[in-house]
Amino acid sequence: MFNFIRPSVLKKSGILGMNSRNIEFISKYNNRRLFPLVDNKLQTKLLAEEYGINTPKLLFVVQYQHDVYELKEKLKNISSFAIKPACGSGGKGILVIKGREGDGFVKSSGLVIGLEEVTRHVTNILAGLHSLSGDQDIALVETLIEADSVFDDYSYQGVPDIRIIVFQGYPVMAMLRLSTKASDGKANLHQGAVGVGLDIKTGKAINAVMNGEKILIHPDTNHSFDSIKIDNWKELLLLASSCYDMTNLGYLGVDIVLDKNRGAMILELNARPGLSIQVANSKGLLSRLREIEKVATKRTNVQKRVDFVLGFENF
Amino acid sequence: MISKKYLYLFALLLALLGIFTAIMRHEQTQIPFLASEKKDVWMVEARVDFKAQKNTPITVNLSLPEDTLGYKLYFEQSVSAGYGFSMVKKDGIKRGEWSIRQANGKQTLYYKAQIVQDFTDEASLKHTEIKFDTKDDILWSASEQIAAKELLDLAYAKSSSNITFTRELIKILTDLQKRNDSSLLLLKRNYINVLSKLLSEAGVVHRISLALELEDARRNQSLTSVIEVLDKDEWVLFDPNNKLQDGDKNFFLWTRGGKSLIEVEGGSNATVNFSMVKQNMPALELAKAHFDESGFGIFSIHRLPIEEQSIFKMLLLLPIGALITVFMRLIIGVKTSGTFMPVLIAMAFLQTSLFLGLLNFVVLVAIGLLLRSYLSSLNLLLVSRIATIIVIVIFLVAFMTLIGYELGFNTGMSVAFFPIIILAWTIERMSILWEEEGAKEVLTQGSGSLLVAVLAYMAMVNGYVAHLFFNFPELHLIVIALMILMGRYTGYRLLELRRFREFKNI
Repeated sequence: MFNFIRPSVLKKSGILGMNSRNIEFISKYNNRRLFPLVDNKLQTKLLAEEYGINTPKLLFVVQYQHDVYELKEKLKNISSFAIKPACGSGGKGILVIKGREGDGFVKSSGLVIGLEEVTRHVTNILAGLHSLSGDQDIALVETLIEADSVFDDYSYQGVPDIRIIVFQGYPVMAMLRLSTKASDGKANLHQGAVGVGLDIKTGKAINAVMNGEKILIHPDTNHSFDSIKIDNWKELLLLASSCYDMTNLGYLGVDIVLDKNRGAMILELNARPGLSIQVANSKGLLSRLREIEKVATKRTNVQKRVDFVLGFENF
Repeated sequence: MISKKYLYLFALLLALLGIFTAIMRHEQTQIPFLASEKKDVWMVEARVDFKAQKNTPITVNLSLPEDTLGYKLYFEQSVSAGYGFSMVKKDGIKRGEWSIRQANGKQTLYYKAQIVQDFTDEASLKHTEIKFDTKDDILWSASEQIAAKELLDLAYAKSSSNITFTRELIKILTDLQKRNDSSLLLLKRNYINVLSKLLSEAGVVHRISLALELEDARRNQSLTSVIEVLDKDEWVLFDPNNKLQDGDKNFFLWTRGGKSLIEVEGGSNATVNFSMVKQNMPALELAKAHFDESGFGIFSIHRLPIEEQSIFKMLLLLPIGALITVFMRLIIGVKTSGTFMPVLIAMAFLQTSLFLGLLNFVVLVAIGLLLRSYLSSLNLLLVSRIATIIVIVIFLVAFMTLIGYELGFNTGMSVAFFPIIILAWTIERMSILWEEEGAKEVLTQGSGSLLVAVLAYMAMVNGYVAHLFFNFPELHLIVIALMILMGRYTGYRLLELRRFREFKNI
């Protein structure tokens, strides 16, 4: 319980704290005006389409309460889909339907629910239950991501995603998030998902944590994390890095999923990415951010930025 | 972004300005920095509202208080634009008279008094004979006569003097009233009149008087009827509704012997409301601060009507709670549900008491969560669901107040002070949190909020803090300075030292 670390040790390891993140990075590099671009998933999606960046396909949106009654008709020919609030945060309010069983909908956990429950979920989203500000919201219905089989050994239900922190366009740190039984198929670390730190230059696993403690094997599948290496790592870095040009947000968390059929896609962007990535990597973000602050210039393109990071000896 | 150096300078300037102004105020008005425990000074304000009739001269006649045992009238004043005011004695009773040739519409008159609580000085109290009406408007039937006799005999047997007799009688009557059965005598009758009649029958010299129950920072109070009994040249006061007569209430006699409180000629719908604040400072200094027409005397909260003063007494404590919330969130890193919800809870605790407040809060939220889980199966839209929770919370509050009353906690049980809307939102948010993040997160945030609330409460309830920030509002500049400094603190939060404990091994 009283297992504390000395602040001087943290400082030496270059750990970024919450206050420092908020003052020195988010409010300094992320213009308030630009927040809606990432806080509203619909805007992110439209923007991504404009820039030709791969995202899960939007089937339709539900904007008004009376549209809810057309759900049955609209969902008739769609067997698997995900319903998301446009302004949700931290994976809140996402309903994943992986198939149909008669009139019922099969949730990712295997539970079968009726149309009423799906309707209720959409109604809640529209009323702003999951939205950051509590304002009225829009529900997005997207095609379901079919997770690439490379992670089958490491994930309990749910889709693993890769979070990359992009600072002024330079990818600085990455981790793979794997859902567990304890996290109920969700990939959020504070809910008990596993975070696997990835070497930013190679995409190889460095270290894994669950609930803030180091682990060596996945608690549900018992596979060791050592052998994880993401293929086409540079492609992922390019994808993540290009989100900077798209949004102009200097301190950005990019969530990428690997789809079986469509390859790497942007799942969502985050203007206030969390700090747990440091624990997963056993490395501090602050020192890396300071290095980038020294070299960053406005006029470098994506390719050059990624190449710089891949060849940067201080990372 | 303004650089840190200027920020520190700005904060320092603010703090210095605050300290400097406070010292200046201290020098000029002699308000002490430390609350002295010597004397309680009550600022009492009576507000008379009435509707003026057109084109008629108006005379308002209000009964005014005098020195009584334990309380001395220190200073009195009337505030009423355009009215003439004088104090007159009528039948040995002091009355204030306001008069004006003509006035229109709603009229408000104020009478302010400073009362010093002083039990040391007994000599000044002489038995002042005041003629009073022995109200004998109660006529008893034969059977009631017998019941009355029985009661009197019972009380007589158990007592030894007028004082103990009255006490016993009150005990018996309150019991009867509570049981609500054989209270033949009390049926359809005013309780206090019955008591008075019984005392008359027993030959006890007494009078019905109106007294003000002194409680700190109260507004819109009215007077309570009390019974005074003559015993060896001294009037002894009894609270007719308190069967123990344990005297934990402070009664200040306002008008004696059943005289009317207010008479209005040329107006209608007259009401009298009382507000009061307790101040803890030497009476002399207080008066100085009050009269001083220059500089700080004018720019002082003491000049506001008492009603507003009592609001400010609460309001000026709020920044302290906010400061503690800022500290706990930014420096310690405690998670709370809702940014300033803890401060509001702490304000509610100030009105109830810490233990009862905590108990109430936990029980309310727990029951609310249970009922909320049922609501979620009703499939309601968010707004109407929250509205429903608000109504449920109000019911729960009423229910708990009732239970508290039955258990005898009626004084501290005023849960009604809890911010209902905030509670409803808390319940809603916690239930969502429960569904999405699990019970653990609910417990973390819930206990975090309560911890901050309790700390804020402890700071706000502190007499020194209350004294300083009420009498020296400029000290809030220091609070702002601290908030600004913490707002730019980029170091680690205390709990982050635990969160990143894995780095110890690197």
